[in-house]
Amino acid sequence: MIWKRDEKAIRRLPKSEEEMEYILVTDVGSTTTKARLFKKIKGEWRYVISGEAPTTVEAPYENVILGVRNAIREIEDLTGLQILSPDGKIIKPHSKGRGVDFYCSTSSAGGGLQMMVAGVIKTMTAESANRAALGAGAIVMDVIAVDDGVPDYEKIEKIRHLRPDMILLAGGTDGGTKTLVMQIAELITASDPKPRLGEDYKLPIVYAGNKDVRPEIKKLMGDKFALSIVDNIRPVLEIENIEPARNAIHELFMEHVMSHAPGYPELMSWTDLDILPTPAGEGMAMQLIAYMEKKNLLGVGLGGATTNIYSVFDGKFVRSVSANLGMSYSICNVMKEAGIDNIIRWVPFYIEKEELIDMLRNKMIRPTTIPQTIESLVVEHAVAREAIRLGFIHHKTIATRLKGALRRDRTIGDLLEYSLKETYIEMMKIGIIAGTGGLLSHAPRRVQSMLILTDAFQPEGVTKIYQDSVFMMPHLGVLSKAFPEIAWNIFDKDCLVRLGTVIAPAGTLNKTEPALNVRIEMPNGETIEKEVEYGDIIRISLEERQKAKVFIDPRGGLDVGNGPGKSREATVEGGVVGILIDARGRPLTLPSEEDERKRTLLKWFSNLDAYPKEIIEKWEGEINE
Amino acid sequence: MSEKTTKETHAYTPGLKVKKGMRIRKTRLLPIDGEVTVKVGDKVNFETIVARSSILGKPYIIKAYEILGVPTEVLPKLMVKKVGDIVEENEIIAKYTPFWGLIKKYVRSPIKGVIESVSDITGQIIIREMPHPIEINAYIPGEVKKIIPKRGVEIECFGAFIQGIFGIGGEKHGEICVLVDSPDDILEEDMIKNEHKGKIIVGGSLVTLDALKKAEKLGVRGIVVGGIKGQTVTDFLGYEIGVAITGHEKINTTLIITEGFGKMPMSKRVFNILKEFDGYEAAINGATQIRAGVMRPEIIIPNEKYISEVSDREIELSKGMKPGTLVRIIREPYFGKIGTVVSLPVHLQKIETESMVRVVEVELDIGKVIVPRANVEILEE
Repeated sequence: MIWKRDEKAIRRLPKSEEEMEYILVTDVGSTTTKARLFKKIKGEWRYVISGEAPTTVEAPYENVILGVRNAIREIEDLTGLQILSPDGKIIKPHSKGRGVDFYCSTSSAGGGLQMMVAGVIKTMTAESANRAALGAGAIVMDVIAVDDGVPDYEKIEKIRHLRPDMILLAGGTDGGTKTLVMQIAELITASDPKPRLGEDYKLPIVYAGNKDVRPEIKKLMGDKFALSIVDNIRPVLEIENIEPARNAIHELFMEHVMSHAPGYPELMSWTDLDILPTPAGEGMAMQLIAYMEKKNLLGVGLGGATTNIYSVFDGKFVRSVSANLGMSYSICNVMKEAGIDNIIRWVPFYIEKEELIDMLRNKMIRPTTIPQTIESLVVEHAVAREAIRLGFIHHKTIATRLKGALRRDRTIGDLLEYSLKETYIEMMKIGIIAGTGGLLSHAPRRVQSMLILTDAFQPEGVTKIYQDSVFMMPHLGVLSKAFPEIAWNIFDKDCLVRLGTVIAPAGTLNKTEPALNVRIEMPNGETIEKEVEYGDIIRISLEERQKAKVFIDPRGGLDVGNGPGKSREATVEGGVVGILIDARGRPLTLPSEEDERKRTLLKWFSNLDAYPKEIIEKWEGEINE
Repeated sequence: MSEKTTKETHAYTPGLKVKKGMRIRKTRLLPIDGEVTVKVGDKVNFETIVARSSILGKPYIIKAYEILGVPTEVLPKLMVKKVGDIVEENEIIAKYTPFWGLIKKYVRSPIKGVIESVSDITGQIIIREMPHPIEINAYIPGEVKKIIPKRGVEIECFGAFIQGIFGIGGEKHGEICVLVDSPDDILEEDMIKNEHKGKIIVGGSLVTLDALKKAEKLGVRGIVVGGIKGQTVTDFLGYEIGVAITGHEKINTTLIITEGFGKMPMSKRVFNILKEFDGYEAAINGATQIRAGVMRPEIIIPNEKYISEVSDREIELSKGMKPGTLVRIIREPYFGKIGTVVSLPVHLQKIETESMVRVVEVELDIGKVIVPRANVEILEE
């Protein structure tokens, strides 16, 4: 397995894994608390039902427990299983038809885990520290470094105003110079940062820098902060050692941060495992998929407030979070960063810009509302494409090669390529794209989320697309800390929706002409041959868990993985949508002329059966009027 | 067979509070420990100072070893002042005079402050500015009910309380002045006159950019209106708001919208309350925080007109939605309409988008409609 089971937690349980019958997991999100009930049915663990209620971490409630209880009560209503005792506690273990055997939770309420990160060199230790904090599920409020070009007084000003939950301090290789890392430590100490959740406790700091400076760090920071010292994140420049810092962040999150949030001490007493930040749970789920499928993966958690992008590339796991790109609270920030024109380009009907702006602003101030008309659904789908696109651009600045590391095996060609491309992520080598988050899970037709993920990530070559059926990746991620096999079983059977496979050549052609020929040997023995025009996208049905052999023959400069114009053979997996042959080119562009753009979008939507036929025809009619 | 329905649900978004009379309690806290300047039972006004403190001054970091050109570990020996000393701006705090004084190098303090640390590892001197005083006022007139030692107070008054949906600008107070006849009217530039300086003016369904600009120029303290175009807010501020965390904008006129973006008639209940208290002094705050803690803008009109109707229960925590509950629809296609809950079907239903969602049946003036439960808010009486 990719991580250690929490054996201590398992030993505390009154029942063995074999005897357990019910598991309850919650995610206390920033808006909604989502409870999921799992049950052993005929010896196999399955997802049963969901219950959801608004999160109650804020005034006037200021007690997270109320929302958790309301979500559980929904489950009780829907299943008839009594889970809460008359005094409102979870009954454990399950006996006489009441209660559950195991309960755990993730949380991102009250803004999640907000961290500040500091290092000596911006592109080395500060960058590694940033990756460690993000990987632990934090929102990184700011990164400071000795050499970041920001004057000290500005850094001080920032630190004084940030009020983080925690600081990660790195800097220096083991045995290297002490001066610079102490300079940044002095700057943090002098700035006297205050923790976000109250003045009454010490701000946690994780020190993961030059080990020779530990005594001085202890002397300087030991009294003022809740200091935790771990192994150096960059013991030598060639190695990045993130795990110790990441684990320390999770421990301090429980001990120092969560315990000060309203209602959490009680919630912590209910759970059988430590509460994890939601993105950490989601990240574990993404790693689980990549590990089980043995493929490079790109994942997205498209939330209301934030967009998390995950990559597992050649075994390396990286998470990035765009803290202000989301589908509800932060929807206007997507509009601000992408620009209204980039959102409107995905909308195939006429709408005044001002009307669209007001629509998005109204979603921002009433973030829990959902689209009731097709028009508002399509607008939200347009924003989703842009949020993921921007989030992925950001991710590529985090998923970078280690800077400062000397590699003797590099050739001149390598060096040239390195200087051109900072990120190591190559779309042609991505085997899976997985999406989660309310908008994707709630998309009325699965092809809508497949198209959103395809348009935003622009996969190349042959790529499988997954999403979760019901939002439960964080739930299964945290559960995998105790029971990885149970988690994977539920994942495989009830959580992962295999949407299908996208076949997409990289490169562009100048005009509408045949882009590629595809021959598909279907599992029933039938052979389908298709010639797809450049600029077009088509859908071929191939059911979930079925495989087909494809022979792809791209034209001219188009590349499907074996080089420009070279053919490729592959085995593709089906899904609820099937196979998409996407010959729209990479990078994907839309016509600049408005009516032509709308017609193009409608053609794609119509080819894929993405939205109701009569609505597409209505919009087509409006363009022709 | 009749559709199965729920009697009451708590899984919905709480509505905005609109009350013509209630007990209002405000906690006024210092950001750091300090001194509370009032006592329980004291009567306070809008601007009475209730607590004060001083904030630790900013630290200044001086790379002294670089200025003196010495190894870091030598610095402590070259100090003229020691840790804890108060120094004036420009005063010499360290000096290095090698070669029998032929070369003279000095480190001077950039500010008036206290020497906080001298490090032999980094060669840095840290000097901290003298503390800055901070004060907080009562914000609402009323009686001090509780002292939170060293931090602040709780103040109570009776009055009307209206939550808006979105605002910009911070705490202000002034006389309410309703400038429109109906909640549908647009607040235009020519309606705002010199006499509105220092007042809180009330419009109907929309405020124009020109009206906003004129109000600010004339010194109007606040504007309360049903709707505003998103673009107008951007044009008024000069930048686009990405995330709804507001209240610190550098503007002189606080703006509160009660319904939403676009042209939106102010709800009749809100409009009638503001009309009833036309001429009364009110406290307003545009601060809105939708992420990580819902904070809505507010209008508080202190008065004791309905004091006899106020119950002692201060917060009703979990009033459920049930048949008969008055709700407002908060998304298209029925955005802004008010109706009564008819039923709460248990099973998910398919709506126009083809989504299967939990719905509520609402009786509107146009008849019964089915709306996602997520798209209604309870109107709190």
